[in-house]
Amino acid sequence: MTSEQILQYIFSGITVGSIYALVAIGYNIIYNTTGIINLAQGEFVMLGGMIAYSLSQIMSLVPAVVLAVLITGAVGSLIEIVFIRRMKKSSVLGMIVITIGISIIIREIALLIWDEQIRALRFFTGNEISSIDILGARISPQVLWIVGVTALIVMALYLFFRFTLTGQAMRACSSNTRAAKLCGIRTSRMVNLSFMLAAGIGALGGCLVSPLTQTHYSMGSELAIKGFIVAILGGLGNPMAAVAAGLLLGLIESFSISFLPMVYKDVISILILLVILVLKPSGLFGSRQTSSLKDF
Amino acid sequence: MKRILLTLLTFTLIMSTAFANGQGEEETVKIGAILAVTGGASFLGAPESKTIEMLAEQINADGGINGRQIELIIKDSAANPEKAISFAKQLIEEDKVIAIIGPSTSGETMQIKDLCESYKTPLVSCAAAEDIVNPVASYVFKTPQKDSYVAELIFQTMNSMGITKIGVVAANSGFGNAGKGQLEKYAPQYGIEIALAETYDRAATDLTALLTKINAEDVQAVVNWSIVPAQSIVPKNMKQLGMDVPLFQSHGFGNIQYVIAAGEAANGIIFPAGRLLVADELPDSNPQKATLVAYKNAYESRYNEPASTFGGHAYDALSIIVEAAKKADSLSREDLRNAIESLTGFPGTGGVFNYSKDDHNGLGMDSLAILTVKDGAFALY
Repeated sequence: MTSEQILQYIFSGITVGSIYALVAIGYNIIYNTTGIINLAQGEFVMLGGMIAYSLSQIMSLVPAVVLAVLITGAVGSLIEIVFIRRMKKSSVLGMIVITIGISIIIREIALLIWDEQIRALRFFTGNEISSIDILGARISPQVLWIVGVTALIVMALYLFFRFTLTGQAMRACSSNTRAAKLCGIRTSRMVNLSFMLAAGIGALGGCLVSPLTQTHYSMGSELAIKGFIVAILGGLGNPMAAVAAGLLLGLIESFSISFLPMVYKDVISILILLVILVLKPSGLFGSRQTSSLKDF
Repeated sequence: MKRILLTLLTFTLIMSTAFANGQGEEETVKIGAILAVTGGASFLGAPESKTIEMLAEQINADGGINGRQIELIIKDSAANPEKAISFAKQLIEEDKVIAIIGPSTSGETMQIKDLCESYKTPLVSCAAAEDIVNPVASYVFKTPQKDSYVAELIFQTMNSMGITKIGVVAANSGFGNAGKGQLEKYAPQYGIEIALAETYDRAATDLTALLTKINAEDVQAVVNWSIVPAQSIVPKNMKQLGMDVPLFQSHGFGNIQYVIAAGEAANGIIFPAGRLLVADELPDSNPQKATLVAYKNAYESRYNEPASTFGGHAYDALSIIVEAAKKADSLSREDLRNAIESLTGFPGTGGVFNYSKDDHNGLGMDSLAILTVKDGAFALY
């Protein structure tokens, strides 16, 4: 393998890995404040891409993306108010089933609104045939957007959770809901905010990848599974770990293709997940202590 | 009291027989359809179902089958073979349809091929794989062009372009695997070396890694065989990797939505397909032109979306069943089957159908034309 090819596989892995990471970040935000695994996370990605596509027909790209993120955020918040808030007493498994139900509802509504055709948002810079040469490897400018914005989101989230009052309040909810309540934090508002944030980030991811991967009403479930694997792999509850795990999985898949037929790609990634979970059940970067305190 | 009851009983009996007779005279002819209206193959099923709904209305307005109205029973299989099997049983045993249109995908069709054969119910499939009609099952027909023709036509085009070494990628589905098999089977005959042949997941979203692997083999062309959205991802990924070898696709590319999704990257893609996509470019002498233009205009004005060859396959399936039913001795499933098998010179959207005992596809290689994409629109190559 020449060095250009190795670089090419790396870029390919980073592209796919960033997409996984964007989904996994959403899982973690909601898991952190509520302990819920939200399997409708992939649907937020789909909604973001679809809404931005529809809006981009009547306005320019930037406002379309911003509006799509806001609208999907509102959808996330609505889902929390309508479904999640009422089902607080349910078990972990019950909540998972509920979020699967929500994902099916969103998917069917999307089918009614956007029919079964595929749609692709236009490229943020350049177009379908533009390609950038980096040390002999070629990538689409959109890949730079995906990687760049993912990095920005991660940094912004880090700062948000560490230094803002709201961010700290959300972390407090995840550490101990009752104590947070006693300190005067409105936990229900924090939960709502976490759904809004996760949906918004999912939607932004959906807009970023749409030019490359295209948006289809049923794309959500595939993404949800891969994002879930990544979230577990990194250690649930840690958005930064999710990014690392996402990139790792993307790279593993990409290099597995280089020497094995592509059909084995998922076999390899699941195999690695199993090995890691057996050796380190709390995930690559998760701490055993924290995970033993959680229900899931 | 007894007398009143007796009178009532007789009355109801007479009424019910009269009612039944009345129904008998106006009874509709039931035709079943199993289509992937939603799910992963909805690109096929949705236009197919819209097409036959529209066509059935037209046929009924024109007097149906010798004066009897047709009634379509469309089942959405969501491309799931298990659902296709249970719907097929339901249509055959409960709804008592005279024939079944579909399924949309090759995998589903292969699953119910034996079933329709054992229940002696004519099946006119809208799926492409050659296995459906080879070996011939006496009750199973299909309307799309055989994938072997598509493979051969691709190789003929490559020969004329001087291409000898290619890479093949296909979706890991019934359609993709069948196409890959045909390409591998015919390549030696045309002196073409397949350097690498791989399949990808039907929900694949990024294929740059796979294409990097193919690029390393110094191929002169790439063939992608699928019906999934990857048809627009492959050309985009190739351009991004700076691969400037020609891309050939299968007849699954006959949906303008894929061209729109691939944007600039779609220009120059070469693929064999029926002539529906270039109906307006055809000379008036072409026997298919009237059918093609009529279907295209009717579909596009009604549904406000471009017609695709897939909808055309369902159009052909229903037209063939109705045409055969008009000529059949009776509307029994067996007579209908015989009538379909003896249908010749019937112009459909996919080509001029000439069914025979040994050929349940009924189309020759001339039913396909080599098309390309020019400035975001289909054109003759």
